[in-house]
Amino acid sequence: MNSSIQNVVKVLLACFVLLFVQLNRIQVIDAEDLKQHPANTRTVQRDFNRARGPIVTSDGVVVARSVDTEGRFERLREYPEGDLYAHSAGYLTFNLGAQGVERTFGEDLVARTSTLQLGGLTGLFGEADPTGEVVLTLRDDMQRLSKELLGDKRGSVVALDPRSGEILSLWSYPSFDPNLLSSHDTVAVNDAWIALGDEPGKPLLAKTHREIYFPGSTFKVITAAAALEDGIATNAQPVFEPTDTYTPPLTTKAITNFGDKSCGGNLMDWIVQSCNSSFAKLGAERVGPTRLVSTAQAFGFNSVPPVNLPGVEPSRFPSDFGDQLQQPSDDIPVGVFEDSAKLAQAAIGQNDVSATPLQMALVAAAVANDGVIMSPRIVSEIRNVKGETVTTFEPEPWRAAVRPSSAVILREAMVAVVEDERGTGRTMAVEGVSVGAKTGTAEVGREDLTHAWVIVFAGLPNEVPELAIAVLVEADPAIPNQTGGRVAGPIAQALLAEYFS
Amino acid sequence: MRARTVELGLLVLASLITVSAYGLLSLGRADVPQERVVPFLFGVLGLILLGHLVVRKLIPGADPLLLPLAALLNGLGYVMISRLDPQLANNQAAWSFIGLVAFGGVIVVITDVRKLEPYRYTLALVGVIMLLLPLLPGVGRNINGARIWLRIGRFSIQPGEFAKVVLAMFLAGYLVEKRELLAISTRRIGRMNVPDIKHFGPLLAAWGIALLVMVAQRDLGSSLLFFTLFVVMIYVATSRTAYVLIGSSLFTAGAFLAHWRFAHVQRRVDAWLGAFDDPKDTGFQVVEASFALADGGITGTGLGLGTPYKIPFPETDMIFAAIGEELGLLGATALLATYLLFCAAGFRVATKAASVFEKLLATGLTALIGFQAFVIVGGVLRVLPLTGVTLPFVSYGGSSLLSNYIILAILMRISHRSTQTTTRATATAQRQSVSAGGQ
Repeated sequence: MNSSIQNVVKVLLACFVLLFVQLNRIQVIDAEDLKQHPANTRTVQRDFNRARGPIVTSDGVVVARSVDTEGRFERLREYPEGDLYAHSAGYLTFNLGAQGVERTFGEDLVARTSTLQLGGLTGLFGEADPTGEVVLTLRDDMQRLSKELLGDKRGSVVALDPRSGEILSLWSYPSFDPNLLSSHDTVAVNDAWIALGDEPGKPLLAKTHREIYFPGSTFKVITAAAALEDGIATNAQPVFEPTDTYTPPLTTKAITNFGDKSCGGNLMDWIVQSCNSSFAKLGAERVGPTRLVSTAQAFGFNSVPPVNLPGVEPSRFPSDFGDQLQQPSDDIPVGVFEDSAKLAQAAIGQNDVSATPLQMALVAAAVANDGVIMSPRIVSEIRNVKGETVTTFEPEPWRAAVRPSSAVILREAMVAVVEDERGTGRTMAVEGVSVGAKTGTAEVGREDLTHAWVIVFAGLPNEVPELAIAVLVEADPAIPNQTGGRVAGPIAQALLAEYFS
Repeated sequence: MRARTVELGLLVLASLITVSAYGLLSLGRADVPQERVVPFLFGVLGLILLGHLVVRKLIPGADPLLLPLAALLNGLGYVMISRLDPQLANNQAAWSFIGLVAFGGVIVVITDVRKLEPYRYTLALVGVIMLLLPLLPGVGRNINGARIWLRIGRFSIQPGEFAKVVLAMFLAGYLVEKRELLAISTRRIGRMNVPDIKHFGPLLAAWGIALLVMVAQRDLGSSLLFFTLFVVMIYVATSRTAYVLIGSSLFTAGAFLAHWRFAHVQRRVDAWLGAFDDPKDTGFQVVEASFALADGGITGTGLGLGTPYKIPFPETDMIFAAIGEELGLLGATALLATYLLFCAAGFRVATKAASVFEKLLATGLTALIGFQAFVIVGGVLRVLPLTGVTLPFVSYGGSSLLSNYIILAILMRISHRSTQTTTRATATAQRQSVSAGGQ
């Protein structure tokens, strides 16, 4: 009988070995997969309870912080500035995830990164839980002014430093109060989420970098850059006869100039007057698809700008303009393409071209920074709980858009847009500041329904520009015929005036 | 008496571990106030000394490991329950006290376990009645889908927990009587000697009871346990592997039948094999348990620092997942090792038992504890389909705790008699050799 008992012991032992093996599989071998499993809500809940560091602007204004609470969770995330940073700092919800910097720097805020954990070791048994403080590149004064200037017009304001890529203001209207989504009352949060989602202005969407629009005439900077790069044009050559329309090959539908005015001349004249007929002809007959596509992509189109925010939308430039139907000739040096009409429209920022306000700010920044686009950044540094800087994000180049020599010509042309008496951007002049700009008035389906754009760079005279701005005011059926210079220009001008005051 | 000194030392060690865990909890959580730690220490020491004194006085020859191991399991279970639900923890403390009283009571009343042997058929009747009671309308209660509860006044009890013990006693008595008949082979099938078909009665009865429990009470875990108990005891009594093979095939056939015929059995099996196909619904329980264990990792989140509330039934069926989350692989492994040690001690009692009845009973009761731990932990870890049985001594639940302390008392009573018999035998032998030398 005792030997039978021994056999029972062996069977029981085998059963327990099975348990040990499976326990090791779950707790060690598969643990990481289980933690990442989509049905696993533990990490979210823990983060919701966990001490979380603040998000502050570069000038020290707290835009997100955690306060201790009683009740369902130990802490509540607060956004003291309300809707002002909803699209940049973002929000943290319990069941709808997180957005903005709250999402992309979540690990740093709860000090789960190795640098922060090492720094927090002394506090292991101490009073304070280790957290990380995320410092934004945004400046509270610039952000606040952007909101004030745009007012109740739907649109976006993006301001950045072209030398470093630091974003100084990132405002999109309408916005929303993120406190509505960070509440512990999940039913109320769900209701608020649905209500915000139903609002016509799409307040939840950060349109500065997540929505794309026709860039209109602001895109002419890129068409001009394409021509300058390959020597197709200089600031003096070629010269086009003034005309009030341009009809691309193979079509009968003419591209008209703004206000049906007549314009022509050289590259400087085209930019200053924002001459549709000249740029359409330049794009369709001289620059051609290959150069235009590669230059647009060099400026960042068809790529996601490497700004550390979730869901950044790439700006789009079409790559297919059909087969070449006619060989190059003296008259049309690039030949005629099946879609020459589309090419002509793309050259003036219409048709299938669309861009985020952030991307257009980067176009201005490229011109300002001798053709080099620095990686746009929203966060400048991470500090530990003691306030010591543990990570600094250094400026780094993202794209070489054009050669410095081309950038010089483009700068001259854009400065002339503001300073020349024929210029479309005269509203942006600021005393004692060298301002260069390009306006855009992009038709949205109907002739009088237009997005109003400006892209701007500015600096002290004879110095490297230190600010690049894109302002977009969305088309509004209630206000027909908005033009970039008249509607968006004053907003950029006031921002510049404040910055340089 | 040396055994008792060892036991006392180990008991103090077990209570130190328990109180340290409780103290750790009071650092991490507000609902376990730090000023409760000292009274808790005295409470635990008081209970443990009470148990120890009973043993020292009445059964000084008993195995010294069993009581400290049970105390450790009970203590850690209590700490985990007080971390999850202070109200339930108060109940569990009361049940632990009642359990210890019952432990003492059984030792006082049953002075010799062999006295139970003549009552084997009465015990069988009592066991079957206990099993069937919850099916009676009026007193029977359906809780969480299983009809295994009796409602008496304010208390809910699970008579099945006691039925297991009583049926083990019946089986031990029955097998003492019939084991030689059952061991005779009269047929050969292939290369295997097979006992006469008419002796399969008890196996078929066991199969019937197991199926009945599985179907009528929707209690898969208990049915599996009954069956394992029957097979283990018959096998040990007869040393015939044939019973194990035939028993297993009968159970497998029954399981397939149940899976084919009953939706609730199918659901359990689906939740086991396809847990991650539907982690929010069918597989919810075991998937959440796996997430909890994964969160725990090797060292655990620390007591009071995890989120075991996300596990369904964390105080009862799933307490192993809660322990694995907060104490990690290390803590969970230690817990499993404690069960192995307990079973090793229990089987050692069985091997040394002074009579066949005691030997069979000790084997059966130890196997109950060991396989019950395997069935529930296996369910939590997705080794088996999850079935609602308690983790012995650890899970919240009065009936379970009480029946486990009764098992402990019987095992220790058996152990005491075996050492006493050996001592007496040695003494007699020595006396005889002395007188032989004097001739």
